[in-house]
Amino acid sequence: MSTFPNDLRYTHDHEWLRAAGSAWRVGITQFAVDQLGDITLVDLPKEGDLVTKGQRFGTIESVKSVSDLYAPVSGRVTAVNASLKDAPEQVNAEPYGTGWMVEIEPTEKAEVDELMAPDAYVAHVAAQ
Amino acid sequence: MERKRTPLWELHKQHGARLIDFGGWDMPVAYASGTIKEHKAVREAVGLFDVSHMGEAYLRGPRVREAIELLTTNAVASAPPGKAVYTLLCRPSGGVVDDCIFYKVSDTEFFVIVNASNTAKDLEWFREHTHSLCDIEDVSDATALIAVQGPKAVALVDRLAGGALAGLTSFMFANATVAGVACIAARTGYTGEDGFELACANDDAPKLWTALVEAGGLPIGLGARDTLRLESKLPLYGNDLDDDHTPLEAGLGWAVKLDRTFLGVEALRAQKQQGLTRQLAGFRIADDQRAIARHGYAVVDRARGTGGEAVIGTVTSGGPGISVGGAIGLAYVPVAQAAAGTQLTIDCRGKDIPATVVSGKFYKRT
Repeated sequence: MSTFPNDLRYTHDHEWLRAAGSAWRVGITQFAVDQLGDITLVDLPKEGDLVTKGQRFGTIESVKSVSDLYAPVSGRVTAVNASLKDAPEQVNAEPYGTGWMVEIEPTEKAEVDELMAPDAYVAHVAAQ
Repeated sequence: MERKRTPLWELHKQHGARLIDFGGWDMPVAYASGTIKEHKAVREAVGLFDVSHMGEAYLRGPRVREAIELLTTNAVASAPPGKAVYTLLCRPSGGVVDDCIFYKVSDTEFFVIVNASNTAKDLEWFREHTHSLCDIEDVSDATALIAVQGPKAVALVDRLAGGALAGLTSFMFANATVAGVACIAARTGYTGEDGFELACANDDAPKLWTALVEAGGLPIGLGARDTLRLESKLPLYGNDLDDDHTPLEAGLGWAVKLDRTFLGVEALRAQKQQGLTRQLAGFRIADDQRAIARHGYAVVDRARGTGGEAVIGTVTSGGPGISVGGAIGLAYVPVAQAAAGTQLTIDCRGKDIPATVVSGKFYKRT
């Protein structure tokens, strides 16, 4: 079954965020991984790039389909998980661990406050 | 609308399948192990596919051969009994109604397996064009179909058939008892590997499937079915074949016998005489491009202009080459761009990606 850790925040687009110092680490949820199937390519922004909430900032190619990654908050990319370039399967294996994607330092604190708590996300998934 | 279920649906659920809507059927796209592992299992060992959603029918009667002659582009009617033949069904325009496999039981009886999404259309096509020539019995709703594919498939099925099936050669079929279940067993498949496709009664399908799993077959979803068939350059109706393209354009001339008379032959003869203008070409995208060209993406030549003016072709199928590396696909392109080695440019979601035309199958079993 899909699991959604309690210490994370979530978006409607099935991304999770975890506080990492002044930045937030971003990945996709188990629900998203289950929907996508085996992931074969992850295209991410570069360190230092500015991203805008709701704008496409990367893509995920699975065996069956291509999906956009939308920035969960606006801010600057402070870290990128470079290991996904050669080992995208980490997203399938450990979506909340080694399968993380980027870290973003938010510029709009209000956007962080709007992220969903785990129970709200579970309800969101149940409604899918 | 409620999705249709094959007789193996409960077993798929128990096996951890992720089910999707496939042409109105609730079908496994992958099981717990995932598409990549499933793909490799078929290339290296043996996989099991539930393809019970496909349509099956019998065509019978003293004049059935005349009906078959009319319907099929390949030499089906004249085949020896016990032979399965891949063929196209064409419209008078030369466009493709469907691709399918006919089994010649005898001069008065043929069995046919058609694509799931085309079953109703095909049966209607048969009735419309052969009404007085044969009886048509649609057995789709009573028939299950299980494909057993991979280098270990023949030995596995043969063992469960008491040694009766290893001697059956490629594209031959026979009645057989596999794991105690009465089947039509054909040495055919849709993966590029050796193996069998086993047709049996719905009620017997769970018993047969369970025996095949216990004997070592790994259940494989539709996701890997697609990556496997693409590597072997086997066309998929609705992607690579349709009403608007002919079998000659699709590179299936080997299954079109132009010296025969059948629906569409005149259009196809004329097309052959005039020469093709476009052709289905296989292409490969290098690993370092980190891109996959998928169904519907445009093949472009930017020197020809901007926007739509640049479009010279369309990708019909595409995906990762799990056994061959990089990304692979098929596209209809002008004949001048279809030769091996030609560099194509594919618009992958707004990004121009280079691809190279390759001839033949992407994957060939050794």
